[in-house]
Amino acid sequence: MSEETPRKVAIICSKGTLDMAYPGLIMANAARLIGIDCMLFFTFWGLDIINKNKMDKLQVATVGNPSMGMPTFLGGIPGMGAMATSMMKKEMEKIEIPTVREMIEILDASGADLYACKMAMDMFKLTTDDLVPEVKEVLTATDFWEKAEGAQVVFV
Amino acid sequence: MPTETIAGHTVEIDSDGFMTDAAAWNKEIATELAKRSGLQLTDKHWQVIEYCRKDAQEKGEAPGVRRITQNAGVSMREMYQLFPKGPGKLAALISGLAKPKGCI
Repeated sequence: MSEETPRKVAIICSKGTLDMAYPGLIMANAARLIGIDCMLFFTFWGLDIINKNKMDKLQVATVGNPSMGMPTFLGGIPGMGAMATSMMKKEMEKIEIPTVREMIEILDASGADLYACKMAMDMFKLTTDDLVPEVKEVLTATDFWEKAEGAQVVFV
Repeated sequence: MPTETIAGHTVEIDSDGFMTDAAAWNKEIATELAKRSGLQLTDKHWQVIEYCRKDAQEKGEAPGVRRITQNAGVSMREMYQLFPKGPGKLAALISGLAKPKGCI
C-alpha cells in the first residue's frame, strides 16, 4: 500500500432517498478505511443527506423501483414508503450499519472532505445554516472538479 | 500458505500479508509489522491491538473500525491519527488477525 501517488476518489451524491444515500456514504468510508483520499459532492436531492433537518428522515423509494418487488400501485399507497423505510432501518440496525447522521460524523472524523453544490443550494433556497457543520464548503461544480483533479469519480 | 520471518519468528501469512494463526503472534512481531507500515507503536496503538485481539478471540473475527471506536476507548479521529494509511486493515494486520470482513 505504498504507491507513489496516493489514490483519491470523488463521490457525487445526487439522490436523497435512503437507499441511494447509503451507497455513496459506505463507499466513501470504505475508501478512507484503506487510506484512499476521499471527497464527496452533494448536489440536487443529495443535499438532503447533509441537510440537518432532513437527514434523519430519508425515505426508501417504493415507487419506480422494480427491485423492491412491489407493484407501483401498491408502492404509492400512503404509508407504504414509511413502512418500507422502517423495515430497512431495522435490518440495517441488525447488522450495525450506522445512521446517516453518524455516517457523516464518521466520514468527517476519517478526514473525508464534504462539499455542497452551490447551484443546488440556490435552487432549493438553502443556506449553510441548513447543513450539518461537517460540510467543509459550498462549491460550484467547476470548483469541485478542480479539487477532484486526479480522482476516480463515482456518481450516485 | 507462505511463511515469512518477522522479527526472528517464522509465521504463516496469507496473500495479503495477514497472519493466519493469531496464536503465533507476539509483541515483537507487532512492532515489526508496524514498522514495515511506517508506524512506531504508542500506548494508544497497544490499547487498540489489545482490544482487537480480545474481541477477535470472542467473536471469531477481527473487529471493524467503528466497533473498535465504540469499545476500545479510542475515537474515530484518533484511529486515523494512529493509522494514517487507513485503520481498516492495519489494526488487524498488526494485531496478527485475519483481514476484517466488515466495511464500517
